[in-house]
Amino acid sequence: MSVPDDLRYSKEHEWVRLQGDVATIGITHFAQDQLGDVVFVELPSAGSSVRQFSSLGVVESVKAASDVYSPVSGEIVERNVKVIESPELVNSSPYEDGWLVKVKLADKADLDKLLTPDDYRSHIGETAPSGGD
Amino acid sequence: MTTEALLRTPLHGEHVALGAKMVPFAGWEMPIHYPTGIVTEHRAVRGAAGLFDLSHMGELYLRGKGAGAAADRLVSSDIAGLEVGQARYGLLCNERGTIVDDVIVYRLEAETYLIVVNASNAAKDLEHVRRHLPGGVDLEDASLDTALIAVQGPRAAVILASVTDLEIREATIEDLAPFGVVAARVGGARAWVARTGYTGEDGFEVFLPAERAVGPWSRLLAAGGTLGLLPIGLGARDTLRLEARFSLYGNEIDETTDPIEAGLGWTCKLDKDFVGRDAIARAKEAGPKRRIAGLVVEGGVARHGHPVVHEGAEVGHVTSGTFGPTVGKNIALAYVPVALSKTGTALAVRIRDRDVPAKVIKTAFYKSRSAAAVRERFSGTAEQGEGAKG
Repeated sequence: MSVPDDLRYSKEHEWVRLQGDVATIGITHFAQDQLGDVVFVELPSAGSSVRQFSSLGVVESVKAASDVYSPVSGEIVERNVKVIESPELVNSSPYEDGWLVKVKLADKADLDKLLTPDDYRSHIGETAPSGGD
Repeated sequence: MTTEALLRTPLHGEHVALGAKMVPFAGWEMPIHYPTGIVTEHRAVRGAAGLFDLSHMGELYLRGKGAGAAADRLVSSDIAGLEVGQARYGLLCNERGTIVDDVIVYRLEAETYLIVVNASNAAKDLEHVRRHLPGGVDLEDASLDTALIAVQGPRAAVILASVTDLEIREATIEDLAPFGVVAARVGGARAWVARTGYTGEDGFEVFLPAERAVGPWSRLLAAGGTLGLLPIGLGARDTLRLEARFSLYGNEIDETTDPIEAGLGWTCKLDKDFVGRDAIARAKEAGPKRRIAGLVVEGGVARHGHPVVHEGAEVGHVTSGTFGPTVGKNIALAYVPVALSKTGTALAVRIRDRDVPAKVIKTAFYKSRSAAAVRERFSGTAEQGEGAKG
């Protein structure tokens, strides 16, 4: 399973990419693989605020609905309109085109509560760091 | 969760080798999908063909002089009217006129009837059949000794024909009428082959001795590989049957629902005697209070148990819901008051405390053209119901 080295991770299988004080958030390759074909994505609109580890939205596969939790606190500055129109992007490109929301961070210290790539790899049962699967 | 050991079908090793995700289902360890995923599997069945392991389903044999009469009294549909080599969909009901299970009955030989039941109900059905069985009829539960492989989709006939020999050498399985059943050799193993299924497509179900299942499965996979056949898990089996608007026991039907409100009145031959007949006749005369309606949901995926809302008030509940890969919409079945079951009625489904617009639509969400062509080809020679287990 792909676990990029430049991201931080939550135990609930979200990832965070920090650029300045804006965090891009998505779900991991492992998560999309567990979910199967994603057919619906529900995301908060820009301007709403989210709290770390509280519900951010919902990703539904053919099988079931899964909550997505926000790995950081802050204000939503953008949601990915493309992923709402084409939910399968979550499967085909979980770390790039399939991102979910961008959040303006309230406190960068939130990142310290997240997992490093190595921690996340062992969390999903992968011991050896590897670029792909 | 129970820690009781799950049963495995004779094809368990094949599923694992194919990379299937295995899940517990009705006491069995079954593939929910293969690495291709549910949507790809679903599309393969609609566009080409799919191979299903349904060995978890139950097989009850009735044998003896009174077997036909016994089956006719147990099952709601016209079993007495079956010729040898024909099958029919029907219901097992209790005296209250509610549904114990939905089944297919196959008349294999003059005095041999096979009742195929849902895995989740197999133990209950066995008890039910035993309780209503007259003397002189032999009942055998062959569920654990029988493997069931389904080949479904527009290319199912040509794929199955390539590995199947019939007793009449000139004959081909492609000439078997819908709901017909015939003895054959499939991949070298003795089998009963029926033109039945539960996907809305043309297709076949192959009953095999459990110990001979692996050969035919592998032969079918190999024969279908170049024609787009994929192995199909329970996930796509559910989206396929839902698009075709077939009921699933435990969702649309159970012992709290009667056939009339479930839209299965057509399976009940009320001018014969069968268990539950009087109560069903009364329910029909009184008219149902609620009815199963097909919904298209705009802006969310409805799921089993979600409330159905009309003008702010809860009026019913969703029995099954998913994204329908072929229709490209979020679809659902739901019990709603009869007055709100008419085509075009605007309702809503309450999904995570939000009322998402839904509309009642007519009949099946999806109708297969190739299955209709097969029915057309055989019209007049075989008669059948709208649905069949598979």
